[in-house]
Amino acid sequence: MLDRAATEIPAKDEATRRVRFRGAGFVPASSRFGGWIALALVIAVWQAAGSAGIVNPLFLPAPSAIARAIYELAISGALWQHLSASLLRIGVGWLLGTAAGVAVGFAIGLSRLARSVGITFISALFPIPKIALLPLLILWLGIGEEPKIATIALGVFFSTAISVYSGVDAVPRNLIRMAQSFNVPFATIVRKVIWPGALPSILAGFRITASVALLLVVSAEMIGAQYGIGAFVLQAGNLMQTDQLLAGVVILSVFGLAVGKVINLLETKLLHWR
Amino acid sequence: MDLIANHISHRFGDLAVLDDISFTVSAGEVVAIVGPSGCGKSTLLSILGGLLQPTSGAPELRGAPPADSLNPLTFVFQDFALLPWATVEENVEFPLLHTQLSPAERRALVDDALRRTGLSDFRKTYPKQLSGGMRQRVGISRALAVRPAILLMDEPLSALDSQTRELLMEDFVRLLADGGMGAVYVTHNLEEAARLADRIVVLSRRPGRIREVVTVPMTRAARGETAAREKLLALQNQIWSLIRNEAIDAEREVQHA
Repeated sequence: MLDRAATEIPAKDEATRRVRFRGAGFVPASSRFGGWIALALVIAVWQAAGSAGIVNPLFLPAPSAIARAIYELAISGALWQHLSASLLRIGVGWLLGTAAGVAVGFAIGLSRLARSVGITFISALFPIPKIALLPLLILWLGIGEEPKIATIALGVFFSTAISVYSGVDAVPRNLIRMAQSFNVPFATIVRKVIWPGALPSILAGFRITASVALLLVVSAEMIGAQYGIGAFVLQAGNLMQTDQLLAGVVILSVFGLAVGKVINLLETKLLHWR
Repeated sequence: MDLIANHISHRFGDLAVLDDISFTVSAGEVVAIVGPSGCGKSTLLSILGGLLQPTSGAPELRGAPPADSLNPLTFVFQDFALLPWATVEENVEFPLLHTQLSPAERRALVDDALRRTGLSDFRKTYPKQLSGGMRQRVGISRALAVRPAILLMDEPLSALDSQTRELLMEDFVRLLADGGMGAVYVTHNLEEAARLADRIVVLSRRPGRIREVVTVPMTRAARGETAAREKLLALQNQIWSLIRNEAIDAEREVQHA
């Protein structure tokens, strides 16, 4: 028979001290509504300062003025005209850059020859600010949409290629050896082991390239475009229409948030196993 | 089908890991490989299974594998090597996808393998939802699905707690008894080796050479009996006395590395 130790709880009148809890904090958690409440507070303070005349509306228009500017842009049709031009450039440029980046990234990840050549070129060309190539691209491709799309595609390509081959490199080798031990063919290993294994890194790369595309479209439109959010923001700044300028900035921010949400959804759907 | 280690030696750069290893695993035989840490046990298994090219010598097969075998030499890995994005049944089906089997035939093999390892109720579960022991059962199930002639097991229980090890050891004994499979079982655990193997290949410290091949003088079925335990313990002590000093040296070497 097993002995069982008696539970020796001290009597009520006996002097005891509770052990102090020391394990609080250092947990990477956030409250559900904390961010939204903080944002609402900042906007409220900003609006109050504007309404009270504390801040000159020329330098910082109140949120209500920005909202009004967005509304007027929307009903005049100008918002869609600028937004559609930007979306087209981002969409085409991002897709082209992503397709090329995924192909090159996989080639680098899977082939020794492609790795030797590819990493050399990527290391040399990646640090170049792609917007600096826009004048050259205009010279090559003309003054239409092509140089702007090419600038975005170039910016997206390098980050995508790097995230893809890093993802391929990070696929646990034991899984590949396991597949080889069952004589699984190369193409099936790529499709069933390497692709899903690299997907977290690829999707993280998409998050970065979406920001890169947004940055480059605005820069390219500021340099040479009649329509587009970048062109609109620049024009508003030149005319000192700061409410319009900030309306453009808010639209960019909303676009960035929307892309982030789409990538979150993709991660939830494709990486549910994590 | 016999598996033959034919004068296998291997080096990693300047480091000699294995030196002239030769032995034969006959059809249906279970051979354990034991030795001090770093003696090249897992390297030898990788070479035997064709995952690593030896510096000299070669692994060879003699005789035809069973007609229904889809992968005669099949690994069971120490770290399970399960696809984390695939369910239990998808993991077990994975090595069958590239075969000529119809979906119905694949399904039948998967069902049988899951049934033999007690995983039928967990087919839609993902590996991260399973305990270590259950994950290794998935690894064993995947290996059984391809009807191996020889299982190559690389310390399959070393990542598990002692109770789970005991349960899986019982499973191994049962599977090896009714399957007619042979096995090469790499382990540092002498008790596992004595309980499962027909012969135990004892390797020396690096570079690993065969110090001795010990035959376990009783059937696997008899080893569960009380009378057999003393004999097995004596056998373990005999092997331990062979490798003890080298194990101490190997441990110090690792600590100084």
